[in-house]
Amino acid sequence: MRVFSRVPKIDFMAQRKVALGLSILLSLIAIGLIIGRGLNFGIDFKGGVLVEVVYPQTVQLEDVRGSLNKGGYPDAVVQYFGNTSDVLIRLLPQAGTDGASKAASAEISTKVLQALDAQRNHVQLRRIEFVGPEVGKELSEDGVIALFFAFLGIGIYVAFRFEWKFSFGSIAALTHDAIMTVGFLSLIQEEFDLTTLAGVLAMLGYSNNETIVIFDRVRENLIGLRKQPVMDIINLSINQTLLRSIITHFTVLMVLFCLFFFGGKSVHSFSVAMIVGVLVATYSSIYISSGVTVLLDIKREDLIPPEDHTKANGRDKDGAVV
Amino acid sequence: MHQYPLWKTVTLIVATLLGALYALPNVYRESPAVQIATLSGDALPADFGDEVAKALAADQLSDESSRAEKNQWVVRFASTETQLKAVDSLKQALGPTYVVALNLASNTPAWLEAIGAKPMPLGLDLRGGVHLLLEVDIDDARKAAVQRYLSDLPTFLRKQDIRYTARRAQGDTVVLEFADADKLEKARAAISKEYKELTVTVPAGSTPTLQARMSDEEAKRIVDYAVQQNLITLRNRVNRLGVTEPVVQRQGADRILLQLPGVQDPTRAKVILSSTATLEYRAVDETIGAAESAAQTGLIPPDDDLFYTREGHRPYLLKKDVIVSGPQLVDAAPTVDQQSGTPAVSVTLDSTGASKMFDFTRQNVGKPMAVLYKETVYDTNHNAQGDEIRERRDINDIINVANIREPFGKRFQTTGLGQKEAHDLSELLKSGALAAPIAIVEERTVGPSLGADNIRRGTEAAIAGFCLVVVFMAVYYTVFGLFADIALLLNVIILVAVLSVFQATLTMPGIAGMVLTLGMAVDANVLINERIREELRLGLSPHAAMNAGYERAFLTIADSNVTTFIAAFVLFLLGQGSVKGFAVTLMIGLATSIFTATVGTRTIAHYVFKGRKLKDLPV
Repeated sequence: MRVFSRVPKIDFMAQRKVALGLSILLSLIAIGLIIGRGLNFGIDFKGGVLVEVVYPQTVQLEDVRGSLNKGGYPDAVVQYFGNTSDVLIRLLPQAGTDGASKAASAEISTKVLQALDAQRNHVQLRRIEFVGPEVGKELSEDGVIALFFAFLGIGIYVAFRFEWKFSFGSIAALTHDAIMTVGFLSLIQEEFDLTTLAGVLAMLGYSNNETIVIFDRVRENLIGLRKQPVMDIINLSINQTLLRSIITHFTVLMVLFCLFFFGGKSVHSFSVAMIVGVLVATYSSIYISSGVTVLLDIKREDLIPPEDHTKANGRDKDGAVV
Repeated sequence: MHQYPLWKTVTLIVATLLGALYALPNVYRESPAVQIATLSGDALPADFGDEVAKALAADQLSDESSRAEKNQWVVRFASTETQLKAVDSLKQALGPTYVVALNLASNTPAWLEAIGAKPMPLGLDLRGGVHLLLEVDIDDARKAAVQRYLSDLPTFLRKQDIRYTARRAQGDTVVLEFADADKLEKARAAISKEYKELTVTVPAGSTPTLQARMSDEEAKRIVDYAVQQNLITLRNRVNRLGVTEPVVQRQGADRILLQLPGVQDPTRAKVILSSTATLEYRAVDETIGAAESAAQTGLIPPDDDLFYTREGHRPYLLKKDVIVSGPQLVDAAPTVDQQSGTPAVSVTLDSTGASKMFDFTRQNVGKPMAVLYKETVYDTNHNAQGDEIRERRDINDIINVANIREPFGKRFQTTGLGQKEAHDLSELLKSGALAAPIAIVEERTVGPSLGADNIRRGTEAAIAGFCLVVVFMAVYYTVFGLFADIALLLNVIILVAVLSVFQATLTMPGIAGMVLTLGMAVDANVLINERIREELRLGLSPHAAMNAGYERAFLTIADSNVTTFIAAFVLFLLGQGSVKGFAVTLMIGLATSIFTATVGTRTIAHYVFKGRKLKDLPV
């Protein structure tokens, strides 16, 4: 099956300024969302207690709240999880950091179960998650550090394999993708926990994969097709890799949707983050990474390896043209 | 025609065979089982199988198999329900000298196990269990140390006949005041000589003052000791919990990670982990034959208590008066006796304990003294109605009896021990001493039903993803799509094999990583196939187009995967628990997919099209 019999000729770079402007606008909106609306942090980062239980039959949330109230937890957030016999109970971290309250908060999960057991006997425990405020803080810090080093590592690699202007382009695209994805998560208030962060990081790696495939082609064409202007070469390269991008995105999206639909709640936010990321990356690898690289005035000489330079210079002296 | 390198073919065949072999154990389902070992770690008695069979027969429980494996007895059952019932009846029938634990016993055939092939261990989120992160209160350990010096130093000075006028603790520092500079100087010299772990300074000021502060190494040693002590205690208790493959390890400076797979009742686990143990040094009643007759008749002299030794179960009558108890024990470590060169345990007491010990030993040289280990444990059993009943049980074991050679106080040695005995005794002493308090700072408990759900969902997502990708590739790229599909299957097999060989724990995010790998792995083939199509359009002959396609796409494939690898590596370094599992799966998946997508499909394509005259390529 062949969708295109020849390489498409779309002048992507013609709209690069419009696209860049639009991206900046959307990014600002996303940042506004992240700051204004905030992220729905899970207990990994916020700390607190989460208890999931299954009742043998449908249960009224009011009953659960009632028994928790009696047990001394009037602030507990109670909601259905999936269906009406599966209940999720959340408690915010307890104030105070001294030893006594630390021990007390660790026992909450036990006490919550006791409070529920008192009401009805056949409550089945699905999971308990308790993250102390200190651990939550550390996990958040580690998350920020992980994001930073992922950017740094990818930036250094691209600079090493290509050139700093390309590196700048990739970083711009990565930043764009991260902001848009996290902004979207903020918009739909999807829970943001460690697994979501893993999704965002994996998405960044994947998004850059896109950029690199295009850059690789740009490099090859810049060296191979000496006569053409840089802008044409970038357009050509994007067009040449376009079909591959579409197919790869398609297969990746297929498996991600499988995770989204079949994988259950524990990988829900992960698959959402990645699906959004992959969609955004398709756009950013074309317009942001290439667009920024063009903006930085990429030249053919930037990419010709130094040893080739000396060779070329040597031949120039002899009056030969490479 | 282009000569295809033989090594690539050989590598591919070897990788396929090894991959299939080492991935194979994951196909065999694990059986719910009960695993039995002796508490002491000794070998099981010869007729143990009959004993187990009798206990099971009494409750009309039928097993699938029952046999000794390594040092343990493993009984497999058809269902989890029978397994749970069997645990209770075996616990009751065998008594507290055996550890009876729930387990998932592998059904991997012996010949596979012989070559080291094992299935991937399942993470807690898949098999259910309790994950606890505990933090040792090191501030408390430090404060306790400062308090100890606050009472030890004045006692020491009094003995040296150096008088001080005031003492107080100031944060990490013990401050002593003196009437004149002469006494201060004497005290400084004496303390520096005796307490090498303290840094002694004399601040300028009107009153002659001395500040003694723990050196950094000493402070670090105290923290290490507090953590180690808790580690040992926790390990002992976890062993008693009856958990197979528990993880008890130090994490960072002051934390302990505890993973208890299969534990379904976190409350019970927490009760057992927080139980307390203590020690008592007591005098031994030396009346000849009294202990034996007390053990037989049950008549115990009014001043004595009857206890048994942990090893060998020998009776001893101990005096009711306690000389020194656990909280007064500061340190215990295995060492080598300077005089005899044999293994020994060196014990350090605090000043109160030291003076009591000195008074006692001075009057009792040549007489025996015993160490009694006391602990309260909670056992959970089920009664006839199937309700849980929690039973309290006191453990009182004599762990050592030794003769007093000479009077001693603060530091002394217990000699006459073997290497292992010295090690065991020091650990028991440590776990009986007052440990720094620990707090749970993170808990993740997954019930078994959620674990089973996660496995089912993960498998469904993986199979659905795999099928969709396979169908799509075959439809879109026809024959070359099929090559990619074979490579994808090979990729899954090799990935599972590598993860199994490394014994990487499979978690839910790990499964997500595998599914993601499936989607991304074909990217390499898409790159290659698109490139081949392009070269064909440029007018290259089919064989040349194929070669050019593979060659030119390879660098792009490598480059583009490196960045995903970088992101995964960062996640591996900074992530914790299940997220690490995702990172590991993704990294290994990237590596194996590059191999199968390039070398794999190239080799297949080579042999399929070898020697054929082609007009076009089915791509």
